Amino acid sequence: MRRGGLRRLARRKSTVAFLLTLPLIVLIAALVIYPAFYSIYLSMLNKTLERLVGLDNFRFLFTRDTFWMVVKQSCIFAITAVLFKALIGFCVAHFVHNVPAKGQRKWRGMLLIPWVIPPAMSTLGWFWLFDPSYSAFNWLFVRIGLPAVTWLGDPLWARFSVILVNVWYGAPFFLIMYLAALKSVPEQLYEAAAIDGANWWQKIWYVTLPMMRNIIAITVLFSLIVTFANFDIVRILTAGGPIDQTHVFATWAFLQGIEGGDLALGASVSLFMFPILAVAAIFILRDINRRGNEAS
Amino acid sequence: MAQVNLRKVVKHYDETPAVRGIDLDIADKEFVVLVGPSGCGKTTTLRMIAGLEDITDGDILIGGDVVNDVPPKDRDIAMVFQNYALYPHMTVHENMSFGLRLKKVPKDEISRRVQAVAGILGIGELLERKPKQLSGGQRQRVAMGRAIVRNPKVFLFDEPLSNLDAKLRVHMRTEIKKVHQKVRTTTVYVTHDQVEAMTLADRVVVMNGGHIEQVGTPHELYHSPQTRFVAGFIGSPAMNLIPCGLEEAAGSLRLKMGNLAIPVPSDRAARYRGFAGRSGLICGLRPEHVFEDRRHLEPGQERFEAVPEVVEPMGNENLVYFPLDGVEVCARVDPDCGAQPGSSLKLVADLRHLHLIDDSTGRVL
Repeated sequence: MRRGGLRRLARRKSTVAFLLTLPLIVLIAALVIYPAFYSIYLSMLNKTLERLVGLDNFRFLFTRDTFWMVVKQSCIFAITAVLFKALIGFCVAHFVHNVPAKGQRKWRGMLLIPWVIPPAMSTLGWFWLFDPSYSAFNWLFVRIGLPAVTWLGDPLWARFSVILVNVWYGAPFFLIMYLAALKSVPEQLYEAAAIDGANWWQKIWYVTLPMMRNIIAITVLFSLIVTFANFDIVRILTAGGPIDQTHVFATWAFLQGIEGGDLALGASVSLFMFPILAVAAIFILRDINRRGNEAS
Repeated sequence: MAQVNLRKVVKHYDETPAVRGIDLDIADKEFVVLVGPSGCGKTTTLRMIAGLEDITDGDILIGGDVVNDVPPKDRDIAMVFQNYALYPHMTVHENMSFGLRLKKVPKDEISRRVQAVAGILGIGELLERKPKQLSGGQRQRVAMGRAIVRNPKVFLFDEPLSNLDAKLRVHMRTEIKKVHQKVRTTTVYVTHDQVEAMTLADRVVVMNGGHIEQVGTPHELYHSPQTRFVAGFIGSPAMNLIPCGLEEAAGSLRLKMGNLAIPVPSDRAARYRGFAGRSGLICGLRPEHVFEDRRHLEPGQERFEAVPEVVEPMGNENLVYFPLDGVEVCARVDPDCGAQPGSSLKLVADLRHLHLIDDSTGRVL
């Protein structure tokens, strides 16, 4: 009698839970799952979207040098940018963490600005800064006797520039995550380490980093996904140029699919990100699972 | 092994004083407990010895050397923290050996020392576990092991038992005492629990409001408190502190509490005579010195009657609470003496153990 009642209660609770999550499920289904499957379907059509061609689009991509260059550039772009974002985020988080509580809010607010400005707007600002003739950067360079740089015209500098802007835009996200993680490391661990004889660097290496491992892994994974799929910064700064050297998957997929009118090929390009990210995600998440939550 | 000396040590947080100029000498191999209520400055004092807090003024000496500006790692001390502060990502072995590894002690020596200490503490089985896989008591042992394995000059304990349940606390208290008897390292131990202080210490330092109230052996503190604070703080149930007056009549001195007037024992009379007729005195009498009526009374023991409000049976004794001159007084009586709330009871006050306190100075006279 009582067991039956309990079971009914459980059932009722799960029903309520399901109903409460239903709007989100519908939203995700409509905005994520449907487009995902639709793009898989698209990638298997011919250019006029009339005929199924199987994996022909992918086969075609593999034969093209530009595609492999985009793969390479996407990897360089994402990995370098994430690395620097993580490094800068970590260093700045340490700085802010050590600022007395009074001034900390101000610093936190200011340092978050790049992240809260819509990236299209801030990238336009950077676009002006990179202008070869009238920009502040080149003005400064010339003033201190350095040659002017064609920031967005030279392949190497253009790659540097898009990464720089991405790092500028994304580092505050790492900052805020690492700051939260730093605050959750008990002060007594540092005191214990100080008594155990650890210097500043050893405290970071043996206490801070291991305590933040999971947060670092998750932020890196998350940022890797977002950076890999970045569109707006590259699109606005260089539109993939010069000579396609700064294209990443999203911008090249856009070029092929929307501007080039070959939706099927564009879909194939954008789908290509999936296996790369899936492998990275599996590795990072497996590591987090294995370690579990050590701080009980 | 080393002695620790504090010379007029002062600590201010901004303008707020936490420690107001304390002097303390701790001998080599001594077990000293700092005890006092929250905010009395005991933990701050310990942290200053550890080097985790700067000192505002004065000197701290370890082994005869001034260590005011020496960083914690160079003071050769080990500390056990209130919540153990074990590194959660390291195994027990790694936790215990961390300090030695930083000092670049050879691996086989580290292993030997960790095994030896794990043996003393009975945690040999746990060396490969992580802290989260340990119980509170086991974590406590590991934290102690981490301190012992480094063989420091001084052990510092910051309320190490306060996170354990009552039963385990009693058990670990004994363990700590055993370990100190084996290892004989100078130890400074902070607690707010006076039972811990009394049971563990060679000497107890009672602190209050940033001052040292009294330093002494547990016996001295219990039987000869020097201040009202120490009298009230040490002992459980606490000492009865009853406002009183002294009156001299026909050559004998009588202690007057409300409508009660009890003769002061002759051996105390000379000491207290100068205070006769003065008000603002407090009679300090421990609960065990107020007990049920007996057939034979010693000189200095006097009968009186009281009406208990509450009777608390403790098994081996009953605690009886009754009002006297507006103060609640506790007596320890035999469970079979028939104490009942609301019905009159004959009690005896043993004034041979009286502590007379001057309320204005707080000093025991």
